[in-house]
Amino acid sequence: MLLLLGIFISLSLGRYSNDPIKVLNVILSRLGMNVPVDPTMDSIVLNVRLPRVLASVMIGAMLSLSGAVYQSVFRNPLVSPDLLGVSSGAAVGASAAILLGAGLATRQLFAFAGGILAVFITSLVPRLLRNRSNMMLVLSGIIVGGFLSSVLAIMKFVAEEQTELASIVYWQLGSLASILGHELLAIFPVFLVCSTLLLLLSWRINILSFGDLEARTLGVNLRQVRTIVIICASLLTASAVSVSGTIGWVGLVIPHLGRLVGGSDNTRSMPLTLLIGAIFMLLIDTLARTITSVEIPLSILTGFVGAPLYALLLYKQRTRLE
Amino acid sequence: MDTLLQVKDLGFSYDGGHQIFKDINFEVLSGEIVCLLGPNGIGKTTLLNCLARLREPLHGNVLLNGADMADMPPRSVARVIGYVPQTLLPSFDYTVLEYVVTGNAPWLNTFEKPGPKHYQRAEAALEQMEISHLAQKPYTRISTGELQQVSIARAIAQQARLILMDEPTAHLDYGNQLKVLRLIKDLSTKGYAVVLTTHNPDQVLLLDSKTAVIDHHSIFHFGPWEEILTEELLSDMYGVPLRLIKVEGINRMVSVAPGL
Repeated sequence: MLLLLGIFISLSLGRYSNDPIKVLNVILSRLGMNVPVDPTMDSIVLNVRLPRVLASVMIGAMLSLSGAVYQSVFRNPLVSPDLLGVSSGAAVGASAAILLGAGLATRQLFAFAGGILAVFITSLVPRLLRNRSNMMLVLSGIIVGGFLSSVLAIMKFVAEEQTELASIVYWQLGSLASILGHELLAIFPVFLVCSTLLLLLSWRINILSFGDLEARTLGVNLRQVRTIVIICASLLTASAVSVSGTIGWVGLVIPHLGRLVGGSDNTRSMPLTLLIGAIFMLLIDTLARTITSVEIPLSILTGFVGAPLYALLLYKQRTRLE
Repeated sequence: MDTLLQVKDLGFSYDGGHQIFKDINFEVLSGEIVCLLGPNGIGKTTLLNCLARLREPLHGNVLLNGADMADMPPRSVARVIGYVPQTLLPSFDYTVLEYVVTGNAPWLNTFEKPGPKHYQRAEAALEQMEISHLAQKPYTRISTGELQQVSIARAIAQQARLILMDEPTAHLDYGNQLKVLRLIKDLSTKGYAVVLTTHNPDQVLLLDSKTAVIDHHSIFHFGPWEEILTEELLSDMYGVPLRLIKVEGINRMVSVAPGL
């Protein structure tokens, strides 16, 4: 309900007109009712605001959910969904596309591929070292992430300062300003399939969070479940990041909020986290496009809102942290 | 009593190197307690983990209800064997009930979530452990003694018939150690088989159980404690003089050091 209300309010806000009645009329007419409609408003709501609003909702949900999953699987509430190198991989992919002078679509494809490739390489290292423990995977993520940030630094170093470098930096701050309807369609199936799978597995994710030994003594097919879960969470992050650029804080902070409201049991906290993430990102993106006449990159706002929020959450949980 | 577990010629080594133990043969009947004794580092926990199929033995078999465990899916093993680790390392503050209900895992499909029936089973297990009052408490905020009980409750919710415990008294004060031994004794009278590792030979005498010993020549001994435990074996195993004495008044044998 809150989410629907938020979507409506966000649809009503924008540079052209802030009249919610006009927006309501547009929605009603599109639902088949005979009401007077402002044609410019109709076009703005449907072609400009709606894709953006839906994108922010979806991306917020994706990043938060995968954050919650990563935190449980890696048994660490300080983990964010880029632990295994998704974000740095995507950044390298996107930057490569920018340096090649490719268009937006190619850039997104590169970012997605880069993110997935990074996670794949990360998952390869423990296999090569024949140590499949979680810790090895985390260390491998640090190695791959560190290497990729150096690759990214080289790319920035050789980039043309005024155009390419600016694009890379802007991409890394995250934005939904140029979102188009068909991009939404591209990530929607990933969102639907991966979120559904993860929510179905939420109780098993509880068990994964007890650690390998306990999960195995409970008869869980550890490798299978963990692989599915990590793949789904990584796909979610990579798809989100490929459309919006990197957005900090969401995947780290929102899962805490979800657990604070719903308790630690993932069967309750994961759906909540997804919903809260959607509302949070909607709020942030609405702010990003309305508070000043220029677009504010999303990571700036998520940092300003997310960091104090995180501090507040830690304050509330202080007795639970030893 | 039926045979739950048969261990045949079991041997183990890490990465094919030095053999930790070999030629281990024994059986566990339902309702039976087996205490695993041995000096530090001899492989007690490793043996226990082989029984739980947490580790692959180098050679030999473990048969569960007559079937080779190596050929069984993990789920089927977990329906019979529960495992109480030495320490739980909680990372999120699940409530005790949320934790114990995960004992139902081997009885549910991968995508299934526990229903009212499964929560009832968990509540019954808490009742059996007499810790129902802890149900809604975060399991990060209870004492180590209570945590041990919670862990056992989960094995009961798991409907395991054999419960493996890795040094169940290791982190407990003296009173709680005796309480846990009492619990183990109760479990066995209810028909659960329990295999536990311990550092204290006197616990074997208290439990009046069968004992399995890996001595420091890596030779395996198994049988009722009266047949296995001798002053020579104990003194040799721990490298200090130890006595087995019958104490009048409490009418039981104790294992004690004669002095320093």
